[in-house]
Amino acid sequence: MSGAEGHRLAGLDYSVVQQCIHCGMCLPDCPTYRETGQERNSPRGRIAWMRAIADGEIEVNRAFADEMYYCLGCLACQSACPADVDYAQLLEAARAEVEEAGILEDRRQRSFWRWLALRAIFTRPRLLRGIGRGIRVYQRTGLDRAVRRSGLLRVLPGRLAALEPQTPRIERRFSPQRIPARLLPGGEKPRYRVALLTGCVQDLAFSSVNRATAEVLLANGCEVITPPVQPCCGSLHAHNGAIGLARDLARRQIDLFPPEDFDAIVSNAGGCGSHLRRYGELLADDPAYAARAAEWDRKLRDVHEWLVEIGCRAPRMAPAPGGRPLRLTYHPSCHLHHGQRIRRQPEQLLDLLPGTERVPLAEATSCCGSAGIYNITQPEQAAKLQAAKIKHLRATGAEVVATANPGCHLQLVNGFPPGESAPRVTHPVVLLAEAYARER
Amino acid sequence: MSGTLPPLAVQLPAERWRTAPEDLLAYSFDGTAGLRQRPLAVGFPESAEEVAAILREADRTGTPVVTRGSGTGLSGGSVPVEDSIVLCTTRMNRILELDRQNLTLLAEPGVLTQAIHGEASAHGLFYPPDPSSQKISTIGGNVANNSGGLRGLKYGVTRDYVMGLEVVSPQGEIFWLGNKCVKDVAGYSLRDLYIGSEGTLGVITKVLLKLVPAPAAKRTLLATYDSMEAAAATVSAIIAEPVIPCTLEFLDRKTLQCVEEYTGIGLPTAAEALLFMETDGHPAAVAEEAEAMERIARGEGALEVRSASDGTEAARLGEARRSAFAALARLRPTTILEDATVPRSELARMIAFVAKTAEKHGLEVATFGHFGDGNLHPTFLTDERDPGEMERVHTAFAEIFEYALALGGTITGEHGVGISKREFLATQYDEGSLALLRQLKATLDPRGILNPGKLLPA
Repeated sequence: MSGAEGHRLAGLDYSVVQQCIHCGMCLPDCPTYRETGQERNSPRGRIAWMRAIADGEIEVNRAFADEMYYCLGCLACQSACPADVDYAQLLEAARAEVEEAGILEDRRQRSFWRWLALRAIFTRPRLLRGIGRGIRVYQRTGLDRAVRRSGLLRVLPGRLAALEPQTPRIERRFSPQRIPARLLPGGEKPRYRVALLTGCVQDLAFSSVNRATAEVLLANGCEVITPPVQPCCGSLHAHNGAIGLARDLARRQIDLFPPEDFDAIVSNAGGCGSHLRRYGELLADDPAYAARAAEWDRKLRDVHEWLVEIGCRAPRMAPAPGGRPLRLTYHPSCHLHHGQRIRRQPEQLLDLLPGTERVPLAEATSCCGSAGIYNITQPEQAAKLQAAKIKHLRATGAEVVATANPGCHLQLVNGFPPGESAPRVTHPVVLLAEAYARER
Repeated sequence: MSGTLPPLAVQLPAERWRTAPEDLLAYSFDGTAGLRQRPLAVGFPESAEEVAAILREADRTGTPVVTRGSGTGLSGGSVPVEDSIVLCTTRMNRILELDRQNLTLLAEPGVLTQAIHGEASAHGLFYPPDPSSQKISTIGGNVANNSGGLRGLKYGVTRDYVMGLEVVSPQGEIFWLGNKCVKDVAGYSLRDLYIGSEGTLGVITKVLLKLVPAPAAKRTLLATYDSMEAAAATVSAIIAEPVIPCTLEFLDRKTLQCVEEYTGIGLPTAAEALLFMETDGHPAAVAEEAEAMERIARGEGALEVRSASDGTEAARLGEARRSAFAALARLRPTTILEDATVPRSELARMIAFVAKTAEKHGLEVATFGHFGDGNLHPTFLTDERDPGEMERVHTAFAEIFEYALALGGTITGEHGVGISKREFLATQYDEGSLALLRQLKATLDPRGILNPGKLLPA
């Protein structure tokens, strides 16, 4: 993978590696350490390993590669770390190093899917939508149920067959059919001009979340600019060791959304946002883009963060009709909570909703196991975390679970067995949009 | 799994030995800066019998054994020595009994300190020792280091809550020392010999702890000052009142700023010193003590005194104070923390000396700690890649320890001697008492297999 040199472990500023004082405060918050009780599966164990590689003490090997992908990248350790270790940067560099060394390339199936996802699909928004439409036809015609019954799935490789039922329900219309390229708030002169990032998975499976985001921004006096075709933000690439591709995608994104034209560039997906606000670091060595990337970082806002910042208007109506309060709870996405440190804002917004009662979720900040593509690459560990999360969600008795990341959203929906009266999973802005809509 | 298993490997099922280089690497350090040594193997025993079998074999073959819990120590006590095996107690992690009649709790050594707090609290009881690493430190490690914490002032340290221990000797014998009796004067208190022995005399495999009733009320106060002297004067006046609060902690300005950066809970970062004070117990006594503490603080010139609004805020403030050491790591690449301790009447003088010493050697220092019990944490912010600076840090520490001893203090209040302070032990002990220490070690561990190179000066 080209362009990864600056991101090799040995190439990192050594102080990033050295920042870890191995005090162990991260251990109880690390899902994989909690699972195995082994230091190698803990943040400080991994950092010691990375440091040994940076020092040239040991080589990058298969065990290291496996460990770097056993890590969820949930960044709970970053929240727990008093010393402010930049684990996200370390993990990205380590994964890039693994990919560059080609350690895992003998696993042909992995290489193929990796190539397909990172290079072929998630760099081409139009192709991605085409695939989305295909999957929708498969789901809508009932072909999916027929295929499951027929046993045809058995010809697929084991992992893929297991995944088929987890495929998100694809929406009928994607963001461009739902959101005009430019929207102006009714009546008033816009207070702000913002860009709306529609994302990849969000766009296919949750374009209604994007529509709701536009509605809520409009209701709060923002002019909303939403270009119909947007490149992937590169988060999947950077989190999976493809730094060069991630840089290309960041440049395309900056070209499409000149940061100087907006008061804010708004993302509504935790995982994307966590990467999007680090373009400055990603393009620091690119003279043509470094300054604009830094400006981009200054403008980038998570939607909850932005709404709280501009003083989100409390809806006058409840999001749903009914006499008794709607019981809701909030599951923080790891990359929103730990990665972006957007912690209070989503709950502050939920608390603006009349006719609702928010109940706390036990171990709320623990990962649900979705973790990007982790539930595909590490299904076993992902399933354990999913089961724990669902157990806690059930205990709340909530009718609505709010969460702000498409991966978490799918993981939670798929976590309730079919037939069980599962809570509705949705994004906080969807509830806000529904409440605003009922005012009319 | 790769590498060669040591001969004593047969004493555990193979899956509970780790010998791959990456595992050895991950167990080659604890929370102490700058100390690293890979062991030969890491074993995870699940019972005293397994520990005994390993120790017998280690003793026969002369293999050094280093016992380790979560590896959060701050003096190198659980850092492996050359060609050693590590016995990691984290799989011995069951709470075996909570005896409501006798107010005791029996636990295996790998139980986390916080789990002990949780279990006690679920029964309306209280286990007071609270080392800052409590959310991950193990009770076995606490006992082996006689850990302190923020409540030492009123409640004492780990030793004050240990009623019994199961210990495995290097010869592989399993001893039970102590019982549930409040009074027991039968023979030497052997149990006390193992508390704070840092894994050099035996391996602790069960701990019987004393619990106390949970205090009914608690008040948390924060007072800020424009000088460390005024904060110190407040502490002296509170003790002289006499009021013994549960906690009397201080943070200097640099520490405050780092902790605030980490927690963002709105600490007053412009102050030169902050006192974090807690009183707990009967509501009437708490109200009276809090009133006295506030009055004294104001009388000594506090800029501001405020009270935590509720239990949640108090807990957040306590958590913030506990993060002080690691939060200081934000400033420089290497953070070296010590715990020189003096009689509390001498604390102000000690703090001034630390500042002066740092300045003399051109070093950056931050200081925080347990004001009420004289336990200071001078923390040098430095860079281990700079040998010149490290040399100056070492000299500064030597001078600080010497001064602490001159004031009637000790080189370590709660972290233990381990590797970091063994050379200084000889300055604290006279020749006769040092010989007694050596004699004890030689009697109980004649082949010197348990944590060699620790605690005793070379």
